[in-house]
Amino acid sequence: MSVMGKSVRRIEDVPLITGKGRFVDDVRAPGVLHGAFLRSSQAHAKIQRIDATAAKAMPGVHAVLLLDDILPVMTRRRMMGGNRSGKLPETLIPTALAEDEVCFAGQPIALVIADSRYLAEDAAERIEVDYEPLPAVSDCRRGIGESSPSVQTAIKSNLITSYDVGYGDVEAAFKNATHVFGDTFSQHRGGGHSIEGRGMLVEYSSGSFTVWASTQKPHDLYQMLVDLLELDENQLRVITPDVGGGFGPKLIVYPEDIALAAAAKLLKRSVKWTEDRREHFLGAIQERDQYWTMEIATDSEGLILGLRGKLLHDLGAYAYQDVNLPYNSATSVSGPYIVPAYAMTVEVGLTNKVPVSSVRGAGYPQPAFVMERLMDRIARELGLDRAEVRRRNIIPVDQMPYEKPLKARSGAAIVYDSGDYLACQAEILAVADWDGFPARQAAARKDGRYIGIGMANAVKGTGRGPFESGMVRISASGRISIYTGATAMGQGLATALAQICADQFGVEADDVTVVAGDTAMIPLGLGGFASRQLVTAGSSVLLASRATATKAKTLAGHILGVAAEDLEIVQGDVKIIAAKQLVVDKKKPQSISLGELSRILRGAPGYAFPEGLEPGLEATFHFRTDALAYANATHVVEVEVDPEIGEVKILRYIALQDSGRLINPVIVDGQVHGGIAHGISNALFEWMGYDENAQPVTTTFAEYLLPTAMEIPPFETLYKESPSPINPLGVKGAGEVGTIPVTAAIASAIEDALTPFGVRVLHAPINPEQLLEMIEEGSKKQRPS
Amino acid sequence: MTLHNIKLTVNGLPVEAAVDDRLTLADFLRHQLNLTGTHIGCEHGVCGACTILVDNVSARSCLMLAVQTDGLAVRTVEGLQATDGTLHPLQAAFRDNHGLQCGYCTPGMLMTLVEFLGENPQPSAADVREAISGNLCRCTGYQRIVESALDAAKRLNEQEP
Amino acid sequence: MKPPPFAYHSATSIPEAIQLLSKLENAKLLAGGQSLMAMLNLRYLHPENLVDINRIPELSGITIDQGRLRIGAMTRQQAIKASAEVKAAAPIFAETLAYVGHRQTRNRGTIGGSLCHLDPAAELPALALLHDAMVTVAGPRGERKIEMAAFIVDYMTTAVQADELVTLIEFPLWRAGHGYGFAEFARRHGDFAIAAVACLMESDSEGRMTRVAISVAGVAATAIRLTAAEAALIGKVAGPEAFAAAAACCADIAAVGDVHGSAEYRKKVAAVMLRRALTDAQSRMAKNG
Repeated sequence: MSVMGKSVRRIEDVPLITGKGRFVDDVRAPGVLHGAFLRSSQAHAKIQRIDATAAKAMPGVHAVLLLDDILPVMTRRRMMGGNRSGKLPETLIPTALAEDEVCFAGQPIALVIADSRYLAEDAAERIEVDYEPLPAVSDCRRGIGESSPSVQTAIKSNLITSYDVGYGDVEAAFKNATHVFGDTFSQHRGGGHSIEGRGMLVEYSSGSFTVWASTQKPHDLYQMLVDLLELDENQLRVITPDVGGGFGPKLIVYPEDIALAAAAKLLKRSVKWTEDRREHFLGAIQERDQYWTMEIATDSEGLILGLRGKLLHDLGAYAYQDVNLPYNSATSVSGPYIVPAYAMTVEVGLTNKVPVSSVRGAGYPQPAFVMERLMDRIARELGLDRAEVRRRNIIPVDQMPYEKPLKARSGAAIVYDSGDYLACQAEILAVADWDGFPARQAAARKDGRYIGIGMANAVKGTGRGPFESGMVRISASGRISIYTGATAMGQGLATALAQICADQFGVEADDVTVVAGDTAMIPLGLGGFASRQLVTAGSSVLLASRATATKAKTLAGHILGVAAEDLEIVQGDVKIIAAKQLVVDKKKPQSISLGELSRILRGAPGYAFPEGLEPGLEATFHFRTDALAYANATHVVEVEVDPEIGEVKILRYIALQDSGRLINPVIVDGQVHGGIAHGISNALFEWMGYDENAQPVTTTFAEYLLPTAMEIPPFETLYKESPSPINPLGVKGAGEVGTIPVTAAIASAIEDALTPFGVRVLHAPINPEQLLEMIEEGSKKQRPS
Repeated sequence: MTLHNIKLTVNGLPVEAAVDDRLTLADFLRHQLNLTGTHIGCEHGVCGACTILVDNVSARSCLMLAVQTDGLAVRTVEGLQATDGTLHPLQAAFRDNHGLQCGYCTPGMLMTLVEFLGENPQPSAADVREAISGNLCRCTGYQRIVESALDAAKRLNEQEP
Repeated sequence: MKPPPFAYHSATSIPEAIQLLSKLENAKLLAGGQSLMAMLNLRYLHPENLVDINRIPELSGITIDQGRLRIGAMTRQQAIKASAEVKAAAPIFAETLAYVGHRQTRNRGTIGGSLCHLDPAAELPALALLHDAMVTVAGPRGERKIEMAAFIVDYMTTAVQADELVTLIEFPLWRAGHGYGFAEFARRHGDFAIAAVACLMESDSEGRMTRVAISVAGVAATAIRLTAAEAALIGKVAGPEAFAAAAACCADIAAVGDVHGSAEYRKKVAAVMLRRALTDAQSRMAKNG
């Protein structure tokens, strides 16, 4: 009986609900020392002097380390050796601890190593730093201006790169258009804010290191540490324990990670650092600051003829990895629509803020917001229904696979592999009673209530390559194990992979053990990001499971004296299929266990080995892909706005997602729920504030608002399953897709609710005060006094 | 710094320990008693991940000192499962309803709900949402946690003679 | 982050607490700890000594007699919210306390702690001010009673001296059947308010308001009484017209803004909350009396 496509209970859960989960801060290491960082209090300053004398003299303090102290055990000053995203100034690549200039508030300057975290923090407070403050850049738009001060003194212009993306004859499209509409849009940054922060434990033992890290990319961390600390590969093992959420920030190898590992090497001691919440605000990457100036050209029927504009992406103060988000944004803005001609100028600017990289959605929510807002604009200007404008422009199913004349960053063409966007839209609109809403709205307005409905579509490329590892191995006990470089951060990856594997061996998912992100168990891997793991690791595990099953049947066939095709694997035994035998010879064995086959394939000294088979009942695959599997979603939301205070309440939230074939529907549903919640949070709550001098002003959960169960509504979710033709499972990613259309859909609903006031929502997050201002503005225009 | 000798019960078992003045209850449980099921998410009393029961009422263990628990009864997520390994109805309901993803906020959610369901055997979904409003979750969007809690209420009611 | 070093002391009686406060340098009282511990963990404060008053039984308790609700300073917020006696005599408490933090913080958080912390957006100081509560403070020079209006000195500053502690808060009760209303807007459930308004109301048989009290949290540097609005309502018939006039008084509040809302915005929200609170008070008064 197949377990594929079934909502089986997760194999991860029992330890997690009984308090036996093992997160990085739970791992015990004898004699471990604890790290605390002294971080820059300044957004931009020269460091004139650091005096750690008092700190070093404090009880329990083993070391106070500055950059110069750790460089002797490192191969390089800067963390990356060049980058793949074009020529960027060298000083954009951070050092593990600050040089003599700090470029954002929170940048690590010194690492204190002490007997306890308490003592380490005491000492960090006692380090004296003399700063010479330098002018700081807080607003990227001003920062790229000629007269702006520099974010880093070594970089003269804060506009570090600029490039064009596009295709077709945009000039002609705009010249021939009946309508041209333009708007400016922006989205503000937020954080990842997994409830578990980052963290790392470096266990030192006679020249070797075992690193436990709360990371989305253990193999990346492994390679970086091998490289920077000049280690033999066998001197280092990186293990990913339970990870308490990722959402982007944990895909970076941070200065803190390098500094901590260097400290272990320098002191020859085990050391640990657990990021606290404040440090997550001050040091973990953030995302979403983008400014878009856009124009769209249509014919008289609202058919899109061309799209053009400019995107400014705020990178923060350093490049913690390749700068690829603005490219994601610029190549995905047209979403599910046919846009015949397109021209974008992309600019990347620096600010004295926490560096920017991927947070759930990774450069996709901003363009979805822009495009969907433009679709609403067309509808309003042309007096058309918002759904109708989308219907006219959407890529029809008979054009699938649909190639956009753009390249993904792998160089592969952007080809939407499958999906029926129109059917998705039609189905959810029917469920939402979209057509009946105006009557409900009119009735509510009679009672003085302002309700509105909004919608948005999204397409997301998932399953980023180039590969992911998957090894299946069966032990002498018959136990099946999976090893993968993919990384579990709570999505239920282990269960999904176990289901794929279990299916090939006629067992249940919880008969399979999954080890994800342990570099000693699997040498290669990329990790967990870009909604990629089921597509890439899932495919590898499927292929490895099949190969292992075939091997087991081949060997069993030799032993049982039947052809491999006459065998089946049931509950961990390879058996002769009853129907394939005319006469059952009861003296001959009818089956053999996987454990026995595993023992045979391990070989015995000097004895014969089955011919034509490689040792080991195991197989490893690295499913290769450059193309992306494109998942899509349509969301519909109803809101009520309190026009007296600007408060927005979500009354109903419906999402339809097509993530291809579902391996475990309830797990996917969980991913969609979480994605929507993140989107609602981005749309209405999360605002990482900085003042004019780039000092962060929201550095606690009291100041930075993550919504609670009271603000997040119940969700209604619907699924379509258009199998992806580009991977053997037919799956597409799920984790980020739910986030992408949310802000756009909510903005659409708010505008709809506030039609009498002519409110236009062009910036996110949407806060009640700003909304009230727009409502008041609108009332003034309505009733001139 | 002084060490204070304290005696308390943790999950029903007596514990004697010497604790620093400033040691938080969360750190005491995690690092001195090795009860790492209680998690730390913010250390400023907002996220609720460190929620435990002190004398049967829920409290944020990051906002209490270990020394304050002298003579008190502390209950943590490790104390929910029956000694024979049977899951608490709340734990079973979370497992069966996909009430968790990364599992980091889960112990705090469970401990909050132990208290809540004890007082409200037949809650509505809205009641549950209010009850867990002091516990942040970034993974689930809360819905399946709410469903798990409602299912747990049903199971607890069925357990009652 | 972890708290900075301090010496912990536990007092088991009020005199012992006073003695410790008098003797120890740079000492802070540890009540429910729901604000203090967070501030310590963030290292916003560096006290040398912490005096824990959680083990002083006489500081906790709720009694009602002779028209006064008496709440011990260390009474937990949840105990007040759950008290049937309080609900019967002063229903605004339960209604307001639903907005105070979350269950876990109310279980530990105390009324005295909230008053002494005096966060400008906290609800309990506004309730105390609304009732013209009397705060009893004990210190080495004996006991003194401070009217709530005088207890509030300035932004997060009370009239309590470093060697004193609050022991009791007394709330003069309003006539049975009085109207009450509490309206608050916060960005999230349980957060400190953008603006919160509490009001109490009594009227004569014609519906003319004879007694009104209004307090506002979250707008000015401290909780405030809106005396101008109160005066504007007395003698008027309760209803939208009178309430609108009262709400207009919010424009004169000396408001303070922060990341969650500017001063101007807070005043606007306060006006709306005031209208809503008064409307609730009127409807309840009609029902009750």
